[in-house]
Amino acid sequence: MIRDPSDLQRYNASERANHWVVGICFILLALSGLALFHPALFPLTGLFGGGVWTRILHPFVGVVMMLFFVVMFFRFKHLNQMTQTDWEWVKRAKEMVDGDDHNMPEMGKYNGGQKLLFWFLGAAVLVLFASGIVIWRAYFSAYFPIGVIRIGALLHSAFAALMIIAIIVHVYAAIWVRGTIRAMLYGTVTRAWAKQHHRAWYRQVTGK
Amino acid sequence: MALQSLDIAKRSATTTEPPHARKTIEVAKLIDVSKCIGCKACQVACMQWNDLRDEVGSCGGTYDNPTDMTDQSWTVMRYAEVESEERGLEWLIRKDGCMHCEDPGCLKACPSPGAIIKYANGIVDFHQENCIGCGYCVTGCPFNVPRISKKDSKAYKCTLCSDRVAVGLEPACVKVCPTGSISFGSKEDMKELAEERVAELQERGFKNAGLYDPAGVGGTHVMYVLNHADKPSLYSGLPNDPTIAPTVSLWKGFTKPLAMAGIAAAALGGLFHYVMKGPNEVSKEVEAEVEKELEAEK
Repeated sequence: MIRDPSDLQRYNASERANHWVVGICFILLALSGLALFHPALFPLTGLFGGGVWTRILHPFVGVVMMLFFVVMFFRFKHLNQMTQTDWEWVKRAKEMVDGDDHNMPEMGKYNGGQKLLFWFLGAAVLVLFASGIVIWRAYFSAYFPIGVIRIGALLHSAFAALMIIAIIVHVYAAIWVRGTIRAMLYGTVTRAWAKQHHRAWYRQVTGK
Repeated sequence: MALQSLDIAKRSATTTEPPHARKTIEVAKLIDVSKCIGCKACQVACMQWNDLRDEVGSCGGTYDNPTDMTDQSWTVMRYAEVESEERGLEWLIRKDGCMHCEDPGCLKACPSPGAIIKYANGIVDFHQENCIGCGYCVTGCPFNVPRISKKDSKAYKCTLCSDRVAVGLEPACVKVCPTGSISFGSKEDMKELAEERVAELQERGFKNAGLYDPAGVGGTHVMYVLNHADKPSLYSGLPNDPTIAPTVSLWKGFTKPLAMAGIAAAALGGLFHYVMKGPNEVSKEVEAEVEKELEAEK
């Protein structure tokens, strides 16, 4: 693909790398976590060198994801404050999903859906990290009473399932809205893409 | 599957039925607390038969030695000094270990297929070669029994000498008990034996004597005759009414297929949305507008 010099920079190299570290960790965590979540998916442990290795690796990958997620969280936090217009967007999201985005309010760098996802993921990572520490038998479980460990196991599973669903939506949205994935691959989007989907951001960066 | 007594009734992390065409009798160990003198012969026999040797620990100020179960000590005697107005000071000694629940919380919690097996005879056994060391069995157990080895990260506990029972022998602790405090046989026989003993104890003034075979876990294959069956917790914290914790049931229950369906629905929903509604592309109008804007700039 020949890139147009008039394309707009959406993410710099460091932001992209940060996102991919989190993304790769998430995929590893989802696969290894699902392997231990449901008997039908236990064969996924084969991807990690067997059940024991899956159990050993999962929490360490989790810590890496959490660290890089925290960096990403603080990088993008100020861009993800919900506004009145964002709620308006969320209310009309169904129209857009049905294929008509003519009545959608103008969005800044992120739309209401992206912002809600951002905050949900922030909460999910927090809960998953905290509960993950509690149920990390090799190092930490001994410091917690059994009732807390049981709640930890329950919360860890519940938030993991919700987060997997949220990320499926996140990835699908990027595939569905054509011209989006390149923003995370090499950082730029076309002007037309920006004007169509994030008009307020388009005005802000182009001055039009 | 050569040994009839090793027919499988339940298998961890397995959603289909295990083979159970053949019916075996259910076994049980009956520990008569009122006959126990606290000699620890059972602890020694357990170590000897199972080739275990715990590290020499330190004295905690009581007879409890070691002070807790470990991956090397699958049974320990617990000594409780209890004072009541009625009876003054009583020394309540309980041989602690796996209760071999009919509905085992460890097996319910275990994510590794075949790491925990409940045989048709009622014995709950850990198969360490399938154990991944996650410790979920500890989370699931209502009696705080499984112990994770610090050396190999595998879970260990009393096997009810499944290897001995399989060839028609009684568990090692039963064999060695010098007072006849521990008996072994079919669960039915053990209940009968307990009934006789309870009647005897009641006659001798222990009006609350009874059998500990808690219904909350479907009954157990290790049962106690307690002289104070109304207060099991007097015996070094034996749970009064043990059940698989509601948090564990929720964690390992209907929520699993529900979550799987949710994840599948999200993925399939995406695919069908794409196929039915088509991609969200930049409109030709916007493209033309942007062209014009760029032209104007030049």
